[in-house]
Amino acid sequence: MTQESDQWPLWEVFVRGKRGLSHQHTGSLYAADAQMALENARDLYTRRQEGISIWVVPSNSITASSPEEQGAFFEPAGDKVYRHPTFYPVPEGVENL
Amino acid sequence: MGNSKNMTDSGSDRFEQGFWDKIREETRIEPKDWMPEGYRKTLIRQIAQHAHSEIVGMQPEGNWITRAPTLERKIGLLAKVQDECGHGLYLYSAAETLGASREELLAALHEGRMKYSSIFNYPTLSWADIGAIGWLVDGAAIVNQISLCRNSYGPYARAMVRICKEESFHQRQGYGIMLTLTQGTDDQQAMAQDALNRWWWPTLMMFGPHDSESSHSEQSTAWKIKRQSNDELRQRFIDITVPQADHLGLAIPDPDLKWNEAEGHYESGEIDWDEFWAVVKGGGPCRRQRIKTRVDAHEKGQWVREAATAYAHKRASRQEAA
Repeated sequence: MTQESDQWPLWEVFVRGKRGLSHQHTGSLYAADAQMALENARDLYTRRQEGISIWVVPSNSITASSPEEQGAFFEPAGDKVYRHPTFYPVPEGVENL
Repeated sequence: MGNSKNMTDSGSDRFEQGFWDKIREETRIEPKDWMPEGYRKTLIRQIAQHAHSEIVGMQPEGNWITRAPTLERKIGLLAKVQDECGHGLYLYSAAETLGASREELLAALHEGRMKYSSIFNYPTLSWADIGAIGWLVDGAAIVNQISLCRNSYGPYARAMVRICKEESFHQRQGYGIMLTLTQGTDDQQAMAQDALNRWWWPTLMMFGPHDSESSHSEQSTAWKIKRQSNDELRQRFIDITVPQADHLGLAIPDPDLKWNEAEGHYESGEIDWDEFWAVVKGGGPCRRQRIKTRVDAHEKGQWVREAATAYAHKRASRQEAA
């Protein structure tokens, strides 16, 4: 049973509060596009009017610094924010992956 | 070849040492940090089951939205149920940082391969149950979640902090309902007492088996996922809640309950462990209904997900054309 939402990208949500100086990373969510992501972020993370500004960024667009311990044996995957399976593309026709 | 194998071993030893250093120093473990596979798997299971509990928990309370006695109560209940949905979503996000996929977690719930808190398999038989749930079930959840705010995994701890901030409104809403009922007619008082009678023991069961019977506790404690024991948290909940019941003029349905001045705690009777294990293993009165409702909602919502995707494509082509 394939889901349309399997293809929705993951978005990271950053919220700046009324008295806040900068956007804080608040969490993540799935949405079909940026507008939907913004609306979902408003419903999910600002139910108590915590935010006056919301940024949503596709998780894939974020490059993160790596933890201190870096060895040559571990890919310092700076472009992967999480250990998320959807970051690793699965070739067509390959199953059980 | 021999050299690189040695380097790999000492490399991963170094990472493992780093992991335990963080645990010891109370530095949070973050998604990209090295972690034992068992730690990752245990957290995925615990966080996801916590998320499932929030989503399924919307059902017993959602049951009374259309029958709330006043508009104010209806609005309060709607907001609470909406919050529970939000809590579930924060937790799914936290579980996903460990490499779990939303589709997989939902499939596991729908197919019975993953659990949720058995408390939600009890029925809500009267409006007073909504009060009892907010006061007792959310109260117990708060005790547990405050402890979890100090767990070692960053995203889970941060989700707990956010959830705790929202949860106190839930408990006050529930207690407020109990207050209104106990200050009302004889029938209302009886309804409140009846709800307490039915929800007290299942709430105590939320804290899990006795420490001596809890198989995973030792490992979870070493990993600092679990910061306090089941019995410790359960005792804390009892000590907090009994005076609240006294204030309402309601009787806790435990003939063995009594204040121990020397210990500074309430002594309480023994939980019916047969009921506990029967319910945990799937015997809760509403278990099948809860899962069916969840699966139906997911399947009947398929067209909404498809529509959202189609609309996103349409919006994108419109922007390209413009």
